Amino acid sequence: MDHSVLETASSWLAEKRLVALATVIETWGSAPQPVGSQLVIDGDGNFMGSVSGGCVEGAVITDALDVMKTGEPKILDFGVADETAWKVGLACGGKIRIYVEPLL
Amino acid sequence: MKAEVLNAILGARKNRRSVAVVTELNSGVQRVVSRADADEALEKRFRFDQSGIEKSETGESFVAIHNPPLRLVIIGAVHIAQSIIPMAQAANYDVTVIDPRGAFATGARFPVVSLIEDWPQDVLPKLGLDARTGFVALTHDPKIDDPALDLALRSDVFYIGALGSKKTQSSRMERLKASGFDDAKLARIHGPIGLKIGAVGAPEIALSIMAEMTQSLRLGG
Repeated sequence: MDHSVLETASSWLAEKRLVALATVIETWGSAPQPVGSQLVIDGDGNFMGSVSGGCVEGAVITDALDVMKTGEPKILDFGVADETAWKVGLACGGKIRIYVEPLL
Repeated sequence: MKAEVLNAILGARKNRRSVAVVTELNSGVQRVVSRADADEALEKRFRFDQSGIEKSETGESFVAIHNPPLRLVIIGAVHIAQSIIPMAQAANYDVTVIDPRGAFATGARFPVVSLIEDWPQDVLPKLGLDARTGFVALTHDPKIDDPALDLALRSDVFYIGALGSKKTQSSRMERLKASGFDDAKLARIHGPIGLKIGAVGAPEIALSIMAEMTQSLRLGG
């Protein structure tokens, strides 16, 4: 697991930024990033790490900003069966499930 | 995730300890579990570096495995070490080579690893041998290999390999037995080293060692 993401999360938190963490919790088929891959996002939409190699990061960041506001974790599903997945381009044939949580 | 959970993960990483973070997906409640407290299913996740979903009556949990990076300590800046290094690095090991003999331990022969020209017994306590470290002794020279094996046997390294023929192994075992290790402890030493694949030459011996070490890492023993 790439810990530089968590180190970034820790330093952003120390700077009193709003921070959310997105983690790949389940994959089916040819998902581009393995389970456990993480993306850290701050309140301005800056991010580091990867949950899909670029396919769904944009959508995850939008939800992460929402999670920072509400303080409630959220589970996101992306897959070829899901129309939004086509929109954000996860056309690799895989499905992924992502847990987005605020850092408090 | 609470800051204290994040700090627990980063602290474990710094101290090269394995922890899992278990998140109940319907409540968001998280707990940190150390490898020492792991049940059988969790221990298997640690061994396979396998984060994932666990289902129970109360709902789903996500188990995130945070293992420190793999490390390989090689005693002996010898020819076989030169073959092991690129394979180990490809398999994501940080490699350290230790040899007190300056003629062997040269940067020209070992350009891309941490190379320490010193006696193993002086270096290893500082380096720390832990459960995410594999250990191989390759010099054949008792005055270099034996003190290193002594320290490896007292540690939690997941693999101990020692190069040498059956004859070399049996006299080595006698010496280690005389210094206080019983048969059960000595059984941790893989020697003759490597899986029996009929390896010919240093690169193939290196391959057999990497295969055996991988087996210990993932399947135990």
